[in-house]
Amino acid sequence: MLSIENLHVTVAEKAIIRGLSLNLPAGEVHAIMGPNGAGKSTLSYTLAGRDGYEVTEGSAVLDGVDLLSLNASERAAEGIFLSFQYPLEIPGVPALTFVRAALNAQRKSKGEPEISAPDFLKRAREVAGSLKMDFEMLRRGLNVGFSGGEKKRMEIFQMAMLQPRLAILDETDSGLDIDALRIVAEGVNALRAADRAMLVITHYQRLLDYIRPDRVHVLAGGKIVASGGPELALELEREGYDRYSKAAA
Amino acid sequence: MAAVKETVRTVEGLGEGYAHGFVTDIEQEFAPVGLTADTVRYISAKKNEPEWMLEWRLAAFERWLAMDEPDWAKLNFPKIDYQAARYYAAPKTDGPKSLDEVDPELLAMYEKLGIPVREQAVLAGVEGAPKYAVDAVFDSVSVVTTFKAELAKEGVIFCPISEALRDHPELVRKYLGTVVPVTDNYFACLNSAVFSDGSFVYVPPGVRCPMELSTYFRINASETGQFERTLIVCDKGAYVSYLEGCTAPMRDVNQLHAAVVELVLMDDAEIKYSTVQNWYPGDKDGKGGIYNFVTKRADCRGDRSKVSWTQVETGSAITWKYPSCVLRGDGSSGEFYSIAITNNFQQADTGTKMIHLGANTKSRIISKGISAGHSSNTYRGLVSAHAKALGARNFTQCDSLLIGKDCAAHTVPYIEAKNAQSTFEHEATTTRLSDDQLFYVMQRGLSQEEAVQLLVNGFVKDVLQQLPMEFAVEAQKLVAVSLEGSVG
Ligand SMILES: Nc1ncnc2c1ncn2[C@@H]1O[C@H](COP(=O)(O)OP(=O)(O)OP(=O)(O)O)[C@@H](O)[C@H]1O
Ligand SMILES: [Mg+2]
Repeated sequence: MLSIENLHVTVAEKAIIRGLSLNLPAGEVHAIMGPNGAGKSTLSYTLAGRDGYEVTEGSAVLDGVDLLSLNASERAAEGIFLSFQYPLEIPGVPALTFVRAALNAQRKSKGEPEISAPDFLKRAREVAGSLKMDFEMLRRGLNVGFSGGEKKRMEIFQMAMLQPRLAILDETDSGLDIDALRIVAEGVNALRAADRAMLVITHYQRLLDYIRPDRVHVLAGGKIVASGGPELALELEREGYDRYSKAAA
Repeated sequence: MAAVKETVRTVEGLGEGYAHGFVTDIEQEFAPVGLTADTVRYISAKKNEPEWMLEWRLAAFERWLAMDEPDWAKLNFPKIDYQAARYYAAPKTDGPKSLDEVDPELLAMYEKLGIPVREQAVLAGVEGAPKYAVDAVFDSVSVVTTFKAELAKEGVIFCPISEALRDHPELVRKYLGTVVPVTDNYFACLNSAVFSDGSFVYVPPGVRCPMELSTYFRINASETGQFERTLIVCDKGAYVSYLEGCTAPMRDVNQLHAAVVELVLMDDAEIKYSTVQNWYPGDKDGKGGIYNFVTKRADCRGDRSKVSWTQVETGSAITWKYPSCVLRGDGSSGEFYSIAITNNFQQADTGTKMIHLGANTKSRIISKGISAGHSSNTYRGLVSAHAKALGARNFTQCDSLLIGKDCAAHTVPYIEAKNAQSTFEHEATTTRLSDDQLFYVMQRGLSQEEAVQLLVNGFVKDVLQQLPMEFAVEAQKLVAVSLEGSVG
């Protein structure tokens, strides 16, 4: 599904990603772990097509489509969804309005008709229910005044509504309380599908107890320095990144 | 910054997107170029006005000659040559009495602008859709007013002010110039001398006007100024909602528009006054466009009277406008909701004055300014509470949104409290449309243009909600069009 080859990314004239390769087959969930400042968010922004993240070398291809030639909204239409580490506030635009606009924009780019208001509301109610969200919250300005955990839950709500092909979750677990973590993880698991892949960035093994990854990668110094099965996360939890940071340096 | 740069570039190209810039080819008669006492006499004669009205105009003209153009606003424009313009232009027909007599060219124009000047068409429209009556002013004259008969059944008078001067002279004489005195300011004084048409509304005691009233102003002639005058009197316990809209052809010479609007409210009366101002703003290099100098004021004479001004200002090269409320009656209240968008080289200096004179008077100001391109957008507001205005309360919120690096936003609030029992709250924010927000929205699949629209709509939402429903939709589209083309 997603294939990244020897990716080099520069931000503000600083080389952050330096020769990263990763292969994520359809139907799989891969976790990325790594020390602060390693370049995890940089990788997710780059895949999502943020301006200012300059790819100086390498490639990123999603099911044969060269991602790097598309802008952010075109990539979203290709099915890329990024759950932000720090979700933005959009004053005056209720979450429902926002998600409906997004859904219709994606449909339009595929030549599909707009979703009807009753269908949309029905789906929104189902998804909000499954994530145990107060529906009234979806009528407030998106993320405005939301707590950190509420914002993260709202990201997963959007993901479930948009049904992406490739979901990148950047520290979705940070800021969630114990119950919320379980609910969000169940939401993510519900989206696991043969034609969908997920990249889960996290600092904590605990999330991976809920969302069992097929592979775990260690990102340090701008590249993948180790990959393994779920047991790698347990090892990192015990021993930290010392070994890999040195390897990367 | 690339995303914002793109936005700025397309927003700059916006002058070309003005949809109302066409000229209607119609035979017109004009006053000779220039402004003298004879011009004033010419206008008054054209309107068949009573003698006292001519005297009133001439007195205003005398006073105007001795006045100077104000220079305190944050506006830059070359000196206006008042002798180079015409002060009267009218289609060459003899005051049409029914729609059949209106020039078909004019009817076609109103159709193109989406203004319902045919009652039948409104009546045959969507079932349950609210009706609204229209007074259509074309350059210096009103060409048609709809639903007059139906309104008359309720005792509501809705007609061109020139007609009111002939049919209800006692009413007009009683109120004209009592809210905005002739010498209030330079432009109001000029208007008093040369005003041509506008609407007159009278709602009798206890009557809730059964439909929305609206006046649609169109400048068509070149080198001609438009000087409209609107007077609305809402008697005890009466209610009316009124909307005005305005457009003009694209021309590369600036044209002057100086209007005066007076609202009078008796005890327990309520007026909702909404404006969607879309005069031609000039092109992307700042050439052409309307100079819009407007004096609007509401006098809440009666206790517990209530007035609200809502304005969506997207057009004009220059906007100088401060719809105000004189809160004279005890317990009266005034509201001002404003969206002002400037782009390219447009300049706006707009805001409101809330003058608290009575006890327990309340006012509320919500202003949303959006500047893009090389434009300048100033909020200027005054809130004052006089000695007797015990318990006066005001809440003011001024938000500015900047798109790009070359535009400017200013907030100039004046506050005066002459008693210790008044409460004023003021909040102000200035934000720049951020790349972070744009990226977040685009990541969900919206194009850059759609993303800008979504963010801007969110920014102005509190004000859009104040407009009557049908117009809110129109206004939202206008906001979008004003900032459209953000994808290069
Ligand atoms: N705009 C920028 N200008 C300069 N440096 C930047 C910029 N954006 C990111 N960086 C740097 O790039 C490096 C990688 O940042 P990134 O946010 O990708 O780390 P991360 O792995 O997500 O860390 P964390 O675990 O703390 O979220 C950091 O050293 C950061 O300071
Ligand atoms: Mg990060």
